Amino acid sequence: MYNKGLIVSGLVIFVLLVTFPIWFNGLDAGPLPKPELPPNGTKECVAPAAEMRDRHMQLLNEWRDDVIRNSSREKIVVAGVEYGKGLQLACMQCHSNKEKFCDSCHDYAAVQPTCWECHITPDEAAKKEAQ
Amino acid sequence: MMDNKRRKFLKMAGATVLAGISAPAIVKLSSNPAVAAGDGGHEAPAAAHAATDTHDEEQSSGVRLGMVIDMRKFYQNQGMLDEAIAACIKAHNVPQIPDPKSEIKWIWKAGFGNVFPEHSQKLRSEKVKDNQFPALCNHCDNPSCVKACPTKATFVVEKNGIVAMDFHRCIGCRFCMAACPYGARSFNWQDPRPFIKEYNVNFPTRGRGVVEKCNFCGERLALGLEPACVEVCKGTGAMVFGDLNDPHSEIRKVLDQEFTIQRKPAAGTKPSVFYIV
Ligand code: SF4
Ligand code: SF4
Repeated sequence: MYNKGLIVSGLVIFVLLVTFPIWFNGLDAGPLPKPELPPNGTKECVAPAAEMRDRHMQLLNEWRDDVIRNSSREKIVVAGVEYGKGLQLACMQCHSNKEKFCDSCHDYAAVQPTCWECHITPDEAAKKEAQ
Repeated sequence: MMDNKRRKFLKMAGATVLAGISAPAIVKLSSNPAVAAGDGGHEAPAAAHAATDTHDEEQSSGVRLGMVIDMRKFYQNQGMLDEAIAACIKAHNVPQIPDPKSEIKWIWKAGFGNVFPEHSQKLRSEKVKDNQFPALCNHCDNPSCVKACPTKATFVVEKNGIVAMDFHRCIGCRFCMAACPYGARSFNWQDPRPFIKEYNVNFPTRGRGVVEKCNFCGERLALGLEPACVEVCKGTGAMVFGDLNDPHSEIRKVLDQEFTIQRKPAAGTKPSVFYIV
């Protein structure tokens, strides 16, 4: 092999560079986010917590298509409480603090969903009231 | 020898290009029955004419929601029109932007000449001249906006005929605005939130870069309520809402008894909003 030394040291530098975020943080992913539990004390969500963690974004898309495309707006009943299909109509009824609930994981995972450009958070509503 | 080959090649290439260009036109022409059938083509326009003579436009089947606006009730009471508009603004978080170039309208007021530009404006009666008319999306039976939308963000709800929008899908191309003959659609040039006075927390706002318009209160109908503007006029008969295809509905009774007009019927969109002027 020609230029063995050059190639191997180049490869080592490359691997070190691309893994920089991992070893720079001491092989630690940082403190795990702790999303706030519903301040109103609700215990039961529309689906088990593990499922919600995995696929709440798919569920929201399904609700969106149901409500807007198929005009199927039947209520969802959880532990005797009725919820409409929707971020504002269901989720934010219990997870009323978007900053402490939604943002905690989204910030950690560095995702920026655009939901709240249109959907109103309780905090945004309170700010408008105060004006 | 060399020259001869090149000439031949150029001739062939030219013929091929010509054939390629003209082929679609020839296919189109021959698929037109009038051309393909020669003389027989004369019958087609005659038949079409007979159909329009009966003045019975073909209407889609199933529930088709529509509205009759009885201006006789609004002439004496323009305040009620303002209230109806305010109810819509509140229900749907419609921003109030003063600059007419970027304003957002769902239901709005306009003069007779603007609402009915195809009707004669000459020597109009005082009440028509002095009063404002409500204008809104006509939830057309043949909506040009739906045909124009490249993303299906604007679509017809098959269940009830409402021309609805999925704001999530709208890419803000504004083709629909160019296609709608009634100016019923508005574009969000900026974040609308600073221009909303009061939130309805059960309805979203819109973001910058999407189009919006009247949705015939689809979200209220689902709860068994009437559209917000219709509810304001309850008991007066100024706005009657219902299924145009149900011969026993209240709206059909009004339509059977009264002479009504639609906005720009010549546009061919078949509006579902009718006016008694
Ligand atoms: S009034 Fe305009 S926006 Fe409404 S359905 Fe007809 S063409 Fe579409
Ligand atoms: S602006 Fe939005 S609704 Fe209108 S045609 Fe484009 S994508 Fe469709």
